[in-house]
Amino acid sequence: MRITQGTFSFLPDLTDDQIKAQVAYCQGNGWAVNIEFTDDPHPRNTYWDMWGNPMFDLKDPAGVMYELAECRKVHGGRAYIRVSAFDASPGWESLRLSFITDRPKEEPGFTLERQEGDGRRINYTTRAYAADKPAGERY
Amino acid sequence: MPDTAAPPPPSIDLQAAFEASGVGPVLEGLDRELVGLRPVKRRIREVAALLLVDKLRRDLGLSAEQPTLHMSFTGNPGTGKTTVAARMADILHRLGYIRSNHLVSVTRDDLVGQYIGHTAPKTKEILKKAMGGVLFIDEAYYLYRPENERDYGQEAIEILLQVMENRRGDLVVVLAGYADRMERFFGSNPGFRSRIAHHIDFPDYDAGELMRIAELMLARQSYRLSPGARGAFERYLEARMTQPHFANARSVRNALDRARLRQAVRLFENRGRAITAEDLMTIEADEILASRVLGADAAPAPREAAA
Repeated sequence: MRITQGTFSFLPDLTDDQIKAQVAYCQGNGWAVNIEFTDDPHPRNTYWDMWGNPMFDLKDPAGVMYELAECRKVHGGRAYIRVSAFDASPGWESLRLSFITDRPKEEPGFTLERQEGDGRRINYTTRAYAADKPAGERY
Repeated sequence: MPDTAAPPPPSIDLQAAFEASGVGPVLEGLDRELVGLRPVKRRIREVAALLLVDKLRRDLGLSAEQPTLHMSFTGNPGTGKTTVAARMADILHRLGYIRSNHLVSVTRDDLVGQYIGHTAPKTKEILKKAMGGVLFIDEAYYLYRPENERDYGQEAIEILLQVMENRRGDLVVVLAGYADRMERFFGSNPGFRSRIAHHIDFPDYDAGELMRIAELMLARQSYRLSPGARGAFERYLEARMTQPHFANARSVRNALDRARLRQAVRLFENRGRAITAEDLMTIEADEILASRVLGADAAPAPREAAA
């Protein structure tokens, strides 16, 4: 099951040139671009692992593409990687743009779990099949 | 062109391409605003010509490999290395060689860390910042400290060399420093020498050039030398050039800064009188002659002038 999250999520995955163009757009606006990765695909998992520090003060997408390539070397095909852009102009870093650049080769998807509570009340929750395995061995 | 039946090959208007590139005004500005430095200007022109021709070749579908443009600027203090490096970013940007017109100027402190594992991320951080533009490493020889074998400078050098080789299209590295020390630095890091295509030597200025530099500097700040001060400054330059620690244009700038200081004091002490714009702009001979450099032979001059 293909996970859709963030901007462009219903488009095919962006090519490197398209990623570069997006990053250039972000940097043109003065936003800091950050690379994150995770192997927990749950939609409520907002705390992805950071790949290095957010890249402040970069003028050119080449630096971000370099880090993305480094991140892919380690996590490519075994985790989700996303690129986020933060705008500091409101006085705090606020997210402006975020899109998934890389995903695991196979995405097993989610199971729907039902939990019977008091008075036959049912609680529903989703759980990723991948999350059955310990972190680091999921994909 | 010989008169043949075959259709003429598509002709290329080099002049139009030159004008379209917008590099002409930059080169003219270089000529106008930078005094002397003939070998430097010649090399910049050569680089500009090469890049322009390469661009035309690419447009025609001929192979044009990305040339290596890493440079080393060597020369004595105050010969304009940093100034030219800043211009270099502008020129290369206009020729479309680098993507953005920005210069990241660093020294050893910005590249080399203080403990194990600190250097690589620090150097990479700087390299990422410089990507798309020009990385200017001032006093590059400090990166290499042969007397301390556990110095982390070597690590920074290795990363730099790797990036200079693999990501030629992404950034241009300019190393700068004093000639003799740079020579020793290249001697102990042969990898650097071979990866740098352009070794540009910045010659010292002669007295006439220094005088023109002084006038340019003053004009930029809306000051001028009175005729007397001009003569005095020529004498000052002659005396200063023979002294130790003469730093070319930087010494000129310092001398002028001190002269401005003395001019301000003089105006302030005569504040009873009305002051015109002319007074505020003019530096008199006294202000130059009060310099310590002229102390020995020019000591009586101020008194003469006052009398």
